[in-house]
Amino acid sequence: MLLIECPWCGTRPEGEFVCVGEAHPARPADPNALSDAAWADYVVMRENRRGLHDERWWHVRGCGSWLLVRRDTTTHAIEYVKMIGKAAQ
Amino acid sequence: MIASLRLPTGGLIDRARPLQFTFDGRNHSGFAGDTIASALLSNGVRIVGRSFKLHRARGIVGAAYEDAGVLVNRVSPRNATNQSPTTTLVEDGANYRSINAWPSAKFDVGAIAQAFAPLLPAGFYYKTFMRPSWHLFEPFIRHAAGLGRVPAADTWQPASENRYGHADVLVVGAGPAGLMAALTAARAGFKVMLVDDAAWPGGRLVDDGVMLNDRPATAWVQDVIVELRSMPKVRVMSRATVWGYHEHNLLTVIERDPPDARGLHFRHWKLRAKRVVIATGAIERSIPFADNDRPGIMQAAAVGTYLGRYGVLCGRKAVVFTNTDSGLAVALRLRAAGAEVTLVDPRPEPMASLLDTNVATVRGQVIAAHGGRRLSGVTIKDGSGAERRHDCDLAAVSGGWNPAIHLASQSRDAVVRWDEARATFVAEPRGTGFIIAGAANAHYGTAACLSDGLRAGQVCVTALGGGTTDVVPPRAADEDTSVGQGIWAVAPRNRHAKIFVDLANDVTTADLGLAVREGFDSIELVKRYTTAGMGVDQGKTGNTNVIGFIAALKGEGPASVGTTTFRPPFAPVEFGAIAGTRGGARLYPWRQTPLADWHVANGAVMYEAGLRWQRPGYYRRAGETFQQAAQREARTVRDAVGVYDGTPLGRFLFRGQGVPELLDLLYVNDFASLKAGRGRYGLMLTEDGLILDDGVTFRLNSSTWLLHSSTGAAERVLQHIELVLNVHRPDLDASVVPVTTAWANATLCGPKARDVLAALRPDFDCGPSALPFMALREGKLGDIPVRVCRVSWTGELSFEINTSPLHAVDMWQRIIVAGKPFGIAPIGSEANHILRIEAGYISTGHEVDGTADVIDLGLGAMISKNKRDFIGKRSMDLRRAGDPVRPELVGLLPLDPNESVPEGAPVTPLGAQADQEGFVSACVQSPARGRIISLGLLRNGRARMGETVHARVYDRIIPMQVVAPVFHDADRKRVKS
Repeated sequence: MLLIECPWCGTRPEGEFVCVGEAHPARPADPNALSDAAWADYVVMRENRRGLHDERWWHVRGCGSWLLVRRDTTTHAIEYVKMIGKAAQ
Repeated sequence: MIASLRLPTGGLIDRARPLQFTFDGRNHSGFAGDTIASALLSNGVRIVGRSFKLHRARGIVGAAYEDAGVLVNRVSPRNATNQSPTTTLVEDGANYRSINAWPSAKFDVGAIAQAFAPLLPAGFYYKTFMRPSWHLFEPFIRHAAGLGRVPAADTWQPASENRYGHADVLVVGAGPAGLMAALTAARAGFKVMLVDDAAWPGGRLVDDGVMLNDRPATAWVQDVIVELRSMPKVRVMSRATVWGYHEHNLLTVIERDPPDARGLHFRHWKLRAKRVVIATGAIERSIPFADNDRPGIMQAAAVGTYLGRYGVLCGRKAVVFTNTDSGLAVALRLRAAGAEVTLVDPRPEPMASLLDTNVATVRGQVIAAHGGRRLSGVTIKDGSGAERRHDCDLAAVSGGWNPAIHLASQSRDAVVRWDEARATFVAEPRGTGFIIAGAANAHYGTAACLSDGLRAGQVCVTALGGGTTDVVPPRAADEDTSVGQGIWAVAPRNRHAKIFVDLANDVTTADLGLAVREGFDSIELVKRYTTAGMGVDQGKTGNTNVIGFIAALKGEGPASVGTTTFRPPFAPVEFGAIAGTRGGARLYPWRQTPLADWHVANGAVMYEAGLRWQRPGYYRRAGETFQQAAQREARTVRDAVGVYDGTPLGRFLFRGQGVPELLDLLYVNDFASLKAGRGRYGLMLTEDGLILDDGVTFRLNSSTWLLHSSTGAAERVLQHIELVLNVHRPDLDASVVPVTTAWANATLCGPKARDVLAALRPDFDCGPSALPFMALREGKLGDIPVRVCRVSWTGELSFEINTSPLHAVDMWQRIIVAGKPFGIAPIGSEANHILRIEAGYISTGHEVDGTADVIDLGLGAMISKNKRDFIGKRSMDLRRAGDPVRPELVGLLPLDPNESVPEGAPVTPLGAQADQEGFVSACVQSPARGRIISLGLLRNGRARMGETVHARVYDRIIPMQVVAPVFHDADRKRVKS
């Protein structure tokens, strides 16, 4: 079980968070401007990288912040945690 | 009758407390502190079980978790299956039985398998039992090959608890290195936990009868433990096994029979430590030779342990086959204890320790064992090539040491590499979370382990900001610590000889050879093809031999073959211990509405409504079956009025000027145009164009909105909305708060619903023009503040009455009283299901199955023509362009009006065994139609009205007519009345 350092709450166990997957690009402003292939890439393709990997986590059983976590998938070492979204504003 | 093999003195057992037990029906004696294994050995019991696959006689091989021999069942008291005899303390009055043997380990009918052994090579089962189907053969094979019998469900369950712990320094293993590390960190003032799996700390200090400061090492161990226990920040655990090293220094520990809690069998710990010292020692490996599984062939270190810890001499006429100095020391100790000893050592150099002893020594190898069911002798081949048979009742084998690097490897923060000089795999930390010390670090010998433990402790102290400490290691005698090069298997005289590399799973060198010949030559494939390392001991004794043997076959070194992956658990752990007291509702509590007590008191049978919410399934009346109750409740709604508890429905409050834009992004239909006080049914998609959920959203005022989700989808919906708000559109002025539990709900439904509402003395006009369909009104019913919504999921006039949970029971009881003259009845989810199918309303989990889109479900008219974009639009368009013929929602009427179709039944052309063209999503007896009705998805279904299609069920084919998916009030007059 990971320990994640929430910038608001401090270090908390993984069970307080939900991992919402890889931090792929935000939604295109106009999906209709993309080619079919580019749109399909956006919807389904992920890097699933071995090593340093950017993930979105939601501190759902804590302060509710959305976080960007850079984690090494081979060692679980967390390089940094940043607040994103509403809480970062 | 064999005389007792218990020595008159020695060992840490409590000789003042003798005890009695039985094994396979025979009486035996032991002492408090004995393991089942040490007690059996002291009674001369050699055959303890039968092997997993070939039913060969097996005995005790090791002395702790590394034993790969056999498991036993405790029949009474407190039936327990698959107990490891080497780690389980024997209990007074207990009855044990061998496993995988019938009628007993000594006389086993299944031993006939040995006659067929040449026919049972690696992969035999995969190759032989595949046609017609593995499942045909599986029960027979599982019965013949296997472990203990599972106790019946109503038998005794162990008492377990879960604990969390935090430590500055967690020391795993209380041998010389672990004790020194713990002492160093503890004296520096840190919070220390010392966890050891044995009943007495000391590790090999005790096992090997070591002298420290010219006294038996047990005295020094006792001093250290007493000092550690006297420190308030130190916790020492015995009989506790660290079974997993997880992310970020979380270690899982099972503590057996904790002494501070009488009656507790297991305590399961999750320990988080700033630093971990892995002082887990090393596991002795064997030197495999022909028939090396005969009971009486043991690990040399284990023979030493039985002497040092339990005062048991494992045999009177021993052969010690070793290429290590530690094996040599065991030979000397056996001799000193009175056994006749022959030493067989292939190493050429002279051995100083043997001078002045009368241990016969042969420079050579043991090449075969003899004896039918138990060891009677071995064949020794000396340096000149001469072979001779030598009678013995014990063969102690030492082929080197494998550091116990399992936990380091599990941490995923270690590099595991082959160390050629020490002929073993070693682990090196990559990060700072743990330090490996002592034999686990491939430092052998007492003095080396003590000083390495001191070093490890000091590293922790320094890293955590402490100063130097005054710990001085005790004085240990000089020892020979040389470890010979690995001998992966001794070449047999007879090429059909069985040389076991994995005793737990009956894997031989021939199996390894076959795997390599057939191309399964990567170590991961060898493991899976032969099952080597997949048995009870998980390869603790055999894996390095397997790797070395494969390397030799391939003409490589062990370094290039590498190891398989080390995974938790390090040693077997009872699932019940991990679960502790967390079962059922204690693991995942039920959610109850404020009305739960009323429901149960009034005959409700409670169902899960999703996300652990409990709701009445139906209210049972005397003499009714559940079907009769559901039909009665549904008829009451159609004919008069019903009321149901809609509290669990998901509710979300939105605030902000940007909410209309947010809702237009979330929903397929338009919401920005909605006026205050009115609601709209919406469909929400995921970005892949499929339906996430449906529900009604009301606009409370210009900037406040209330969104409803399905009960079971509430968490998914919130996460989806949060993702949109935080990742895709953080610029929007909008926020969301889940308010599900801020409200309780009673929903009136039926033609007389308005009459009941009026009887509740509303302070507002509830007539059809003042409170029309999809309108919302806040007011009071008598003195109870409420919010009433005109929404229907039953196909009848409905009022959802929402109030504070504080008023829920009061309001509900008033409804029941006020509704009595109108024939009101409370209804459950069974009736809801019938009513929604009659009305043709879709349901998440039935028609909304994660593959259907909006148009498939006949709701295409809801899709906004004005919006260029909403979540899921692009994907839905893309999918439909590529796949225009889609499954579509239809009604299905079985030609036999009384024939029910199982939900989920596939529809295939003429009911043939062919690709399905649809499925039945819901099927009920309809009170409105007086027959069976169902909904389903059918390929191109809307163009096939009137056609007969066929559901294919296990034993029959059910013809059904395709009709419109609505069976009641098709023009929605009653809903909008």
